[in-house]
Amino acid sequence: MNKSETNAHSEGAINLTRRGFLKGSGAAAGAFVFGFSVPFSQSALAQSNSPEVNAWVVVQPDETVLIRIARQEMGQGSLTGLAQLVAEELECDWDKVDFDLVKPGQNRERDNAWGSQFTAGSTAIRGSHEYLRQGGASARMMLTEAAALQWQVSASECRVSEGVITHEPSGRTTTYGAVAKAANDIEPPKTESIILKDPKNWRIAGKDKARLDTLDKLDGSLVYGVDFSMPGMLVAVPKACPVHGGKLKSFDAEKVKNMPGVKQVVRVDDETVAVVADTFWRAQKALKALPIEWDEGDNAKVSSESIAKKLREGLTADTSFVGNQAGDAKDALANAEQVIEADYSYPYQNHAQMETLAATVRWRKNGCEMWGPTQVPGAALAALAEAAELPQDVCEIHTMRIGGSFGRRAATDYIRQATLIAKQIPDTPIKLMWTREEDMLQGRFHPVTQCRLRAAMDDEGNVQALHMRISGQSIMAYAMPQAMGDNGDPVAYQGLDPEGDMALGYSFPNLLVDHAMHNPHIRPGFWRGVNLNQNALYLESFIDELAHAAGQDPLAFRRKLMANHPKHLAVLEAAAKGIGWDTKPPEGIYRGIAQVKGFGSYVAAAAEVSVTDGEVKMHRIVAATDPGHVINPQQVEAQVAGSFVYGLSPLLYSEATVKDGRIEQQNFNTYRVMTLKDMPKVEVITMPSGGFWGGVGEPTIAVAAPAVLNAIFAATGKRIRNIPLKNTDLTVS
Amino acid sequence: MKLSINGQVSEVDVEDDTPLLWVLREQLGLTGTKYGCGIAMCGACTVHIDGVAQRSCVLPISAVSETQKITTIEGLGVQQFHPVQDAWAEIDVAQCGFCQPGMIMAVSSLLAQDPNPTDEQIQSEITNICRCGTYPRVLEGVKLAAQRMASNQKAGGSNEQV
Ligand code: FES
Ligand code: FES
Repeated sequence: MNKSETNAHSEGAINLTRRGFLKGSGAAAGAFVFGFSVPFSQSALAQSNSPEVNAWVVVQPDETVLIRIARQEMGQGSLTGLAQLVAEELECDWDKVDFDLVKPGQNRERDNAWGSQFTAGSTAIRGSHEYLRQGGASARMMLTEAAALQWQVSASECRVSEGVITHEPSGRTTTYGAVAKAANDIEPPKTESIILKDPKNWRIAGKDKARLDTLDKLDGSLVYGVDFSMPGMLVAVPKACPVHGGKLKSFDAEKVKNMPGVKQVVRVDDETVAVVADTFWRAQKALKALPIEWDEGDNAKVSSESIAKKLREGLTADTSFVGNQAGDAKDALANAEQVIEADYSYPYQNHAQMETLAATVRWRKNGCEMWGPTQVPGAALAALAEAAELPQDVCEIHTMRIGGSFGRRAATDYIRQATLIAKQIPDTPIKLMWTREEDMLQGRFHPVTQCRLRAAMDDEGNVQALHMRISGQSIMAYAMPQAMGDNGDPVAYQGLDPEGDMALGYSFPNLLVDHAMHNPHIRPGFWRGVNLNQNALYLESFIDELAHAAGQDPLAFRRKLMANHPKHLAVLEAAAKGIGWDTKPPEGIYRGIAQVKGFGSYVAAAAEVSVTDGEVKMHRIVAATDPGHVINPQQVEAQVAGSFVYGLSPLLYSEATVKDGRIEQQNFNTYRVMTLKDMPKVEVITMPSGGFWGGVGEPTIAVAAPAVLNAIFAATGKRIRNIPLKNTDLTVS
Repeated sequence: MKLSINGQVSEVDVEDDTPLLWVLREQLGLTGTKYGCGIAMCGACTVHIDGVAQRSCVLPISAVSETQKITTIEGLGVQQFHPVQDAWAEIDVAQCGFCQPGMIMAVSSLLAQDPNPTDEQIQSEITNICRCGTYPRVLEGVKLAAQRMASNQKAGGSNEQV
């Protein structure tokens, strides 16, 4: 098959014809952008709550529709989903859609025309669907109006389909490309006059569509941040004090300055040194040879054991941080006949995204630019400007598609480093590249926690009280201290909240969920799924413990507690049905279930495992998810399967441990992650019930591990409360 | 030092211990081959040497001779996509895509040795790390590519690439 002649093979397949078509079109001359000159901002003053602009759509004379994407694409597929939403209302020809990435400086210059560019917490689609759809609809109305004006007819007599405008009474037709220039002068419609389509009538959104951003990933032509290069560029490889919070005392540049390719050895900041050379390979080699002295400070005494000890104390400590409360759980527990109690833990995790951190920065007296990826363009631009000591309006970030991120690039530490180095070598583009070892040591780690669960249960197996004490590290206290509230870290209780996007799916007459905070020096960060991961593992394992203690079927037991939570229950029932909960499993196969609500979506999983001579094999997981609306089912399926890999790696192998104040695992040989051989068969049930918008990249992570753990209990009678499994007497096949 | 890469002979001048990966990326501008670990654990740097998948991050350039034919992702499907790339496009395997050049090189090598691998063989041979978790579609993609290659062969076509 010839590359440019390849046709779509099936529904949902990449349409290579489209790409061939786009190749010739280029984002060149004659393109018309809606919104760039429209006076939306004036009307916006009158209606401060409305989306002010329509800067989403560019139509080129050859009918190519460029959809501007403001959120960051790191593999999660939201780029395509966002484009589907715009295209749906625009009524354009999907085969002629291409995308363009919005830069944060551009956004700033235009008064935040594209809204937030922040991409974490499964927010890309659910945080912007409405104004995106309005953007698409507004452009459609303007294009139609332009055609109507040319024909001297009323726009209400015109109909649009796939980028073709038809005047119904006369049968005249024209295309978007033909009227794009004229449409540019049309007054944009007022937001309140825009009527969005009922999702029932969607043709592009809600359908399986091949990703728009695929082909250049298959032939090596996509340039990621680590691949970027420009004339005169040098490469900087940094090393920060391996003990977080420690300081750089001294280094002996003389020892390496004559090594091949080495240009300079620079102090980056208080804790970091970097070698600048002509290539990465030479820079990292010199860095390894560079004698460095650290002032590691008291943190060097900290170990995983000392952290665990502190967290254990937190299990019984007094605390004022309460996340969810009903009745008087403490009193009920004090007076209960039967109290069931268990302690769990979840270790540090590294993001270990495949693309190590990198950014290219060129600092000049009058301006500073960066080429590289970020999940938080606004904050990244601010960090760049601050480190550059230049105003933001002379700084710009050329965002790039990301080689996996999972929350790591919600932090801007690497951008700051690159800028601080570039500032010392003005006018020279500096590509900062981290080694995998540095990426492992200087992560923003999924926080470490323990949890004590105590339940009062009567003879009939009714749970009268539950106290869930979380003891551990707060992400917010480190990453966003301004967000700390009366309940301490507001995200510590994900999946356990009284209501909202992270609402608990059970009702207990007496309930207390509280948090004893202890913040070790290891820097925490947002790791795909965030605190939902361990919270769901703790509670869903413990509920299973209670069901077994009551001698009841885990599903039937949950049903009783979930009567007031029909949507939570619906996904759980679907997952259970999918795995065949009511039927006897094949010989040697055991099952477990789990459910949670997170990031606005209801999710559940049912797993089948076998354990032979202590060797665990995961055979099959059925996931059910209700995210309200689904934009691209095949991508939701990919996200769910992918999230399982992310959530099951910590269950099987992954943990970052601390010794002498530093992270011990420095590469994939010790920070082991799942590979193909570990992957169970995944079946995904998507059951959008409408009326709300939940995320899909993260929530399902949280249910995979507890479903498997519950199945392992069914198989072995062994309750694993401390992961990963590699530390238990079970092995993984 | 001379190397034969993607059907062309290139001259490079680097230290002997420079791994092939960094010669490709930094001397020849072939950045499709990725760095993921540098210790032969992840497979992101996989290339073909005389048709066989190898992890280039631990292969010093001094160990490569001009007579060995090196193929990188850029040289895999030049005129037309390799059946593996076609399969990957068809079922949208890639998420972030960063591991996929290495994955595709590993899979195309596997299928060249064994046109019809079983699930177990695929699982034990393809050990590349994908943090996005594309494994289920990788498995599906291998089988789809194998099918396609088999029917191409029947139709008298050839799967010879480069
Ligand atoms: S970079 Fe070579 S195996 Fe990971
Ligand atoms: S697709 Fe992202 S690491 Fe494999």
